[in-house]
Amino acid sequence: MKNIADYLKEERKQEWRAELRKKVKAKERTSRERTQMPEFDPEERSHNYEEVNLGFDEEQALFEATRCLDCPDPTCISGCPVGINIPKFIKKIEANDYLGAAGVLKETNALPAVCGRVCPQEKQCELNCFYTIKLHKPAIPIGSLERFAADYERNSGQVAIPEVAESNGIKVAIVGSGPSGLSAAGDLAKMGYDVTVFEALHEIGGVLKYGIPEFRLPNEIVDVEIEVMRKMGVKFRTNFIVGRTASFDQLRAEGFQAFFIGSGAGLPKFMNIPGENFNGIMSANEYLTRVNLMHAAHEDYDTPVLFGKNVAIIGGGNTAMDSVRTAKRLGAERAMIIYRRSREEMPARVEEVHHALAEGIEFLNLNNPIEYFADENGRVNKMRLQKMELGEPDASGRRRPVPIVGSEYDVDVELVIVAVGTSPNPLLAQVMPEIEVTSWGTFKVNKETMQTSVPDIFAGGDIVRGGATVILAMGDGRKAAVGIDQYIKEKVKK
Amino acid sequence: MNKIVFKEFLSENVARIVVDAPEIAKSRKPGHFVIIKIGKKGERIPLTIADADEKAGTITLIVQKVGVTSAKLIALNVGDEITDLSGPLGKATDIKKIGTILCAGGGVGVAPLFPIVQGFKLAGNRVITVLAARNKDLIILEDEMKKYSDELIIMTDDGSSGKKGLVTAGMEEVIQREKVDEAIVIGPAIMMKYGALTTKKYDIPTQASLNTIMVDGTGMCGACRVTVGGETKFVCIDGPEFDAHKVDFDQMMKRLGAYRQEEVEAYENYLNS
Ligand SMILES: Cc1cc2nc3c(=O)[nH]c(=O)nc-3n(C[C@H](O)[C@H](O)[C@H](O)COP(=O)(O)OP(=O)(O)OC[C@H]3O[C@@H](n4cnc5c(N)ncnc54)[C@H](O)[C@@H]3O)c2cc1C
Ligand SMILES: Cc1cc2nc3c(=O)[nH]c(=O)nc-3n(C[C@H](O)[C@H](O)[C@H](O)COP(=O)(O)OP(=O)(O)OC[C@H]3O[C@@H](n4cnc5c(N)ncnc54)[C@H](O)[C@@H]3O)c2cc1C
Ligand code: SF4
Ligand code: SF4
Ligand code: FES
Repeated sequence: MKNIADYLKEERKQEWRAELRKKVKAKERTSRERTQMPEFDPEERSHNYEEVNLGFDEEQALFEATRCLDCPDPTCISGCPVGINIPKFIKKIEANDYLGAAGVLKETNALPAVCGRVCPQEKQCELNCFYTIKLHKPAIPIGSLERFAADYERNSGQVAIPEVAESNGIKVAIVGSGPSGLSAAGDLAKMGYDVTVFEALHEIGGVLKYGIPEFRLPNEIVDVEIEVMRKMGVKFRTNFIVGRTASFDQLRAEGFQAFFIGSGAGLPKFMNIPGENFNGIMSANEYLTRVNLMHAAHEDYDTPVLFGKNVAIIGGGNTAMDSVRTAKRLGAERAMIIYRRSREEMPARVEEVHHALAEGIEFLNLNNPIEYFADENGRVNKMRLQKMELGEPDASGRRRPVPIVGSEYDVDVELVIVAVGTSPNPLLAQVMPEIEVTSWGTFKVNKETMQTSVPDIFAGGDIVRGGATVILAMGDGRKAAVGIDQYIKEKVKK
Repeated sequence: MNKIVFKEFLSENVARIVVDAPEIAKSRKPGHFVIIKIGKKGERIPLTIADADEKAGTITLIVQKVGVTSAKLIALNVGDEITDLSGPLGKATDIKKIGTILCAGGGVGVAPLFPIVQGFKLAGNRVITVLAARNKDLIILEDEMKKYSDELIIMTDDGSSGKKGLVTAGMEEVIQREKVDEAIVIGPAIMMKYGALTTKKYDIPTQASLNTIMVDGTGMCGACRVTVGGETKFVCIDGPEFDAHKVDFDQMMKRLGAYRQEEVEAYENYLNS
């Protein structure tokens, strides 16, 4: 394979791009102000489930695409875990070839409409954009442009089905249908493998379906991408728990030559403080699953969900933001984030924090719950908070929160959502003790091939990383697809 | 989609349903359960695999009508499909030859008890089974239990079948008469609580199979959590069986009522639909 830097140079030399570069002076490109992503009115949207970001229109996309300098050394690419050829797709937009832009995205990213919406761009591609590094100006909105191209393609009704190599008839099993599993499945199908994705739940998509709410990522968008995979020949089996419904040995006997495990970080953590098992206190996974996967807030669906006037969410990540904004939409008058550090340390995407603030979410930073109280039916009615201050930096480099003794005070709550992290899904470790795990319970893999200690089993995504992002999970899936291909070719040779 | 191949009523509100599920029939062990969902808008509920026929590729569910989903399920007929069915879930019962086993079941707890009784008997144990219900009409699986038990004791609240009294009276009778090596209690939380208190008096190791509220059943949500020996456990992956002497049954009973108001309303809506 050719060196990537050479490949990028060659691509950049192409006439159409050279011409585009000449069309507008660099000075003019850089003099423009970055366009704000249009959003739904905060007051109105905090009562419905419509998507918050509306997406660029054609004019806005063209304007932003023109800002991009098509740099000789596109540093942005190094910030993207799947190495999207960013200038190429952006210049396709500038050249009004939107379907072409979508095509470039699909060369390396199976779910561009998803990533354009949920990637923490400000920490990845946009952080490494020339504008950010050298000009100290707002970056090219790479994620929003990615979303524009992917949405354009979807709305055009001409979604391209990636080319699939001639079938080699070799069966590969994917365990889990989250982003890592889907991207591994897509790449293996392209290589001609006979791929089956097994999913424990009744819906395909993993966290994209049960976790991230519709107002950030409509389910329909995930479904369109899954349809594309079906057309590529990928088979899906829902309600199938690998290791339980059938063992790995049974699947091997059925002819599966290799496995990719993308089973995610399922198990919710609790804080183990007094009163945490009272009714009305639940994990973010439970809350979001009830609302997103089971549609509990819709009258005609059977699954119930609890409501509250005063709702507290414990945590400061994406999961906490999604939960608190969901609570607001389900009628909470006071929807609060309780986070033990300050705003700066919050791991959530910056955009989500801004959206939450605009929607009237209260932030109780430097606060930590230490106990819950309940009424006579066991339903939570009060929580005790302790104030915190920031001390010395800890192992993660963030300043450690230290409790302020004597600062305790009580707050009324009828619903508490605990979003303090998850541990690896324990189901597979129970049935596959042969797979080596770390002390965190995550699977150990060879970083190049994603192979586990069991030769025909590969893994990636949150089960390997603990908790990560959609795009990192997808990057793992792609790496594993290559690893599996090599492994099978070796095996066949013997 | 899993087709229903057989259905019969065991009592007014309890049905035995045999479902096509070849893979699960092959993999399941006593103690395992499945999660089912009926229709696109249905909820996910757990049900024990009461029996399985590997050759026929079927599993048996015994369901008691208590709310919307169980009512929808027992309203299905042979030929109908259960929209979603997944499993087997949970840890299997640790079945080995121990000696004398006292199995106590109440209400629909008799269904999950059956494969355990069967398993222990086939492993060569002396099995004494106590079944309890409010009256004669609510006693289920009597013949099946008899087949796999060295002795079967029936207890009813009104004395309309077997002896009059609670399940604990039947248990005490056995314990005072002979040496019991292990006990298993399955039924409504309140019955398990008192069953556990009974065996605790005699220091008999006891297992209870907990029927908490669940959503996914795969360890992802924490809805099923209970306190066992002061620690939080997830019933769907750490259980469903636990040391009955360590379970906080009072907390579990409260947690079972977490959605009571919503469930009652949903059931009324269902009846009116
Ligand atoms: C609420 C929330 C918001 C988030 N927001 C963002 C965001 O904005 N941006 C971002 O980049 N990341 C976000 N993340 C993180 C991101 O979603 C995850 O890192 C990513 O989904 C991990 O993908 P995965 O493929 O490892 O597994 P998952 O998406 O977790 O999927 C795993 C799947 O495997 C299935 N499974 C497990 N065991 C088995 C088995 N034995 N057999 C069959 N199936 C099995 C599970 O049911 C599940 O569907 C968020 C996460 C959450 C929870
Ligand atoms: C591991 C496990 C195995 C089970 N095996 C069986 C079985 O083999 N057969 C069977 O009939 N049932 C079994 N159950 C119980 C069954 O899951 C519940 O009866 C069912 O979820 C009720 O759903 P519903 O929609 O019909 O009623 P809902 O509308 O959810 O509830 C109606 C009423 O029942 C009460 N209730 C709700 N959930 C439970 C529960 N889990 N246990 C007891 N009462 C509850 C509620 O408080 C409410 O008052 C099992 C539960 C678990 C956790
Ligand atoms: S996939 Fe994510 S990191 Fe890569 S270019 Fe798109 S938004 Fe940026
Ligand atoms: S670094 Fe920024 S300006 Fe340069 S090519 Fe990448 S996106 Fe365009
Ligand atoms: S049912 Fe969700 S964790 Fe047990």
